[in-house]
Amino acid sequence: MKYLTITGNQFIDACLSILITFWPSLLLGVKTVLLVAISGTIIGLVIGLIIGGLRAIKVEKGSIIYFIKWVYDILAKCYVEIFRGTPMMVQAVFIYYWLKPAFGWSPIIAGIFVISINTGAYMAEIIRAGIQSVEIGQTEAARSLGMSAQQTMMSIIIPQAIKNAFPAIGNEFIVNIKDSSVLNVISVTELFFQAKSIAGSLYRYEETFLVTAFVYLFLTIITSFILNLIEKRINKTKTSFPTSSTTTNMVKAQGEH
Amino acid sequence: MNDNVIKIQNCRKSFGNLEVLKDINFTVNKGDVVCLIGSSGSGKSTLLRCINRLEKIDSGNILVDDIDIYDQSIDLNKYRAKVGMVFQSFNLFNNLNVIGNCMIAQHKVLKRNKQEAQKTAMFFLKKVGMEQFAKAASTQLSGGQKQRVAIARALCMNPEILLFDEPTSALDPEMVQDVLDVMKTLAKEGLTMIVVTHEMSFAKEVANKVVFMDKGIIAEEGSPQVIFTKPNNPRTQEFLKRIIR
Repeated sequence: MKYLTITGNQFIDACLSILITFWPSLLLGVKTVLLVAISGTIIGLVIGLIIGGLRAIKVEKGSIIYFIKWVYDILAKCYVEIFRGTPMMVQAVFIYYWLKPAFGWSPIIAGIFVISINTGAYMAEIIRAGIQSVEIGQTEAARSLGMSAQQTMMSIIIPQAIKNAFPAIGNEFIVNIKDSSVLNVISVTELFFQAKSIAGSLYRYEETFLVTAFVYLFLTIITSFILNLIEKRINKTKTSFPTSSTTTNMVKAQGEH
Repeated sequence: MNDNVIKIQNCRKSFGNLEVLKDINFTVNKGDVVCLIGSSGSGKSTLLRCINRLEKIDSGNILVDDIDIYDQSIDLNKYRAKVGMVFQSFNLFNNLNVIGNCMIAQHKVLKRNKQEAQKTAMFFLKKVGMEQFAKAASTQLSGGQKQRVAIARALCMNPEILLFDEPTSALDPEMVQDVLDVMKTLAKEGLTMIVVTHEMSFAKEVANKVVFMDKGIIAEEGSPQVIFTKPNNPRTQEFLKRIIR
């Protein structure tokens, strides 16, 4: 175990020394954070698309499918309410130890599993709202052209729902970067877990966690920046819009004055 | 056999307690342009939507090419592909560009390959005067342009019948004529059309048959000459007096 010799009494110096000396273990923590957050968000989005997408389907009354849909809606609601209504830390501990005998899984796999199903609950609601935000006219137009309900959902509704819900989906990713820290309770070696070990070994809590906070902040700011770029790109209509003769003439006319 | 493409028999439809269609009967012949007129809430749009099965009738029959379209055994998507619909609010697919709007259903429903779908799409975009906008995003167009693309999109499916639900009601006045011109061309080419409209001059000029609906019933139907010059029903007279100044 490396021991840090803090030369200056300055707080800042101590922080910098921690960063310089312990960056490999912090970097390891960052890698784990990103692994957990990225895979958790992607798997959560898939769960959300399936659960939220199915919830948005309307079934005609009076058939057996209507009954199945009714049962499904209740189950989906329960899933969403349970995972949104309990702390992820509690979910993590419970699920990890409860399923450990059956799966014999490592903390990191359990961590990704927990963050995925937790995110899935939020995503289901985000996707459902996204689908509802697409005008009914889009569905009617697609159906009037003879497209099936499934074709309409996959090629018309879902693409628009994801576009509408993109800010909320991106927000979930940022939340996951921060909330992955609770997975330290099941010994996932993410950033908070690493920071705790460093702080413990040095007996320097303020400095270590200030550095850690900055690392988290750095991650989230970079992520927001990237998400903003993607959002702009989605909203920018990717077309070569022909300049109409009137605008060109107007521009010319203005130029001549 | 006769040349009735659409036969509507004793159709009824209610939304809750509100009876929107009360015993509707009428027929459309091949190549007819039928204009449905009447004040809002008279059931015109509902009737049109029932023909495309976007709404379900409660009782009665709608026969298209002598096939009951409410029969469980018919392939609804196949049926809808041959009965096109143009909406008041255009409803272009926002996630697709102009040509994409025209191609998707050809590809998904008619299983045409890309080249064929593209060729058909360009043909009909040219017809409505929108070919130079093929690559434009649908959200960038003006109302009149959107509606012309929507008509092209419907035509790409080579429909036997085209239904128009107030196609010009959401347009700026100067855009209306562009859309009506396209519709006139289609009428001249012999496409069977049912048009819900408030454009009386269009009805007068293009329709073979004008149907006046009032409170869920067909109050009067006949040739435009009769309806617009000497209507029999006092309610038709009153409606026309209010709308034509």
